[in-house]
Amino acid sequence: MATTRLIARLDVKAPNLVKGIHLEGLRVMGDPQAFARRYFAEGIDEILYVDIVASLYGRNNILDVVRHAAEDVFIPLTVAGGLRSVDDVRSALRAGADKVAINTAAVADPELIRRVAEAFGSQCVVVEVQTKKIGPDRWEAYTDNGRERSRLDALEWAQRAVELGAGELLVTSVDREGTRKGFELDFLRRVTAAVGVPVIACGGAGDAADVQRAVVDGGADAVAVASILHYGTCSIGAIKSHLAQSGVLVRSAA
Amino acid sequence: MSPAREVVVVDYGRGNLFSVCQAVSRVGGSPRLTSDPEVVAGASRLILPGVGAFGDAMGGLRGLGLDQAVKTFAAGGRPLLGICLGMELLLEESSEFGRHEGLGLIPGRVDRLPEPAAGSREKIPNVGWCPLAEAEHGPVWKESIFNGVRVGDFVYFVHSYAAYPADPRDRLADIVFAGTAVTAAVARGNVSGCQFHPEKSGEVGLAILSSFVNDAPERR
Repeated sequence: MATTRLIARLDVKAPNLVKGIHLEGLRVMGDPQAFARRYFAEGIDEILYVDIVASLYGRNNILDVVRHAAEDVFIPLTVAGGLRSVDDVRSALRAGADKVAINTAAVADPELIRRVAEAFGSQCVVVEVQTKKIGPDRWEAYTDNGRERSRLDALEWAQRAVELGAGELLVTSVDREGTRKGFELDFLRRVTAAVGVPVIACGGAGDAADVQRAVVDGGADAVAVASILHYGTCSIGAIKSHLAQSGVLVRSAA
Repeated sequence: MSPAREVVVVDYGRGNLFSVCQAVSRVGGSPRLTSDPEVVAGASRLILPGVGAFGDAMGGLRGLGLDQAVKTFAAGGRPLLGICLGMELLLEESSEFGRHEGLGLIPGRVDRLPEPAAGSREKIPNVGWCPLAEAEHGPVWKESIFNGVRVGDFVYFVHSYAAYPADPRDRLADIVFAGTAVTAAVARGNVSGCQFHPEKSGEVGLAILSSFVNDAPERR
């Protein structure tokens, strides 16, 4: 049985690592490579790079950051932000990414999910579902880093994405992102019960207990965290120890 | 110091070869990506990577004449390592999307993972880090590419199918999935394969690649 994965989310406005609140209001944190190396050494299970300006081919682009990471960070790397076509995905994989996460382009053209899955396999297609709560037990899917409405019911869209070939779902709560108020457990529970593929919870971790709740109460297969690692609120080891103590199987750092 | 050992990496248009090459470099090898059957057949050590679907990958190999080149290489007794789908291709056949013939370097089949019980946290595809166990009748790790691996070490998997070698002695390592032992690595003479991604498995994966690059005997 696979362990529950802890993923470091690195929001990049190349060449810098940045961090915002509700996916906005950015603050420069430093060199993404230095953070990636440190998290790798401390036992992070994966790294998720998010290009928050979605400029795949500009100068100082995300693919340069990923290529650099793949030189000495030997764990799975996922790239998100600005991927619009099968060719974009190919460029990301060639740069050393193992998976890509797509949202905006998939909402605009759901068949993109199928085309990417057919070209490279479902295992490398992560569909990101950005959610905002719009009523009791209702969430809407958002695009463009939480800025644009899709008018799609987030749960229905998540299920459709899996039918089209998504190998994993990255579920990001725009409401919670960067707030450290805990994950959106109500939506997590629904989506993890509804789909058969791994679900990564993202957005809202304030401490190790929040991560544990996303797994134990929300049913998440993996949890992506950013602020609490970048600001040193929790160490990777402390989060994993907390998970292990509550009976969650984790990969112990070497 | 001796010059870096050349490791030929078969490029048939599938998968993240950049990371495989980076990892080979990290452990002191000199990776050489090629689609040329002559280079493959004449390599001193060979990595067959791959992600995606079995039939499609075999089609890719055949289209470039690389299936025969890999078989020719393997017959020469030099070290071959299959990774993920590249490992599955070493077997005789797969049932992924219909029946497909493999390279047949290891007797046995590739079939879908056993279905996890309802309500289980396990899912297909099996994505993530799993602890390695010794296979019951398999080769001794100390005498294999696993000579730097300890029981319980974690490595990274992404798969929906698994190898079922006909001869249990060809199973080098297992993981437990859906309550049963599933092949994690195979070894038969000079031919080895990992279902997981050693290039994505941190220090444990690098130790395996280092064994393959630096220790696997180069007999001809």
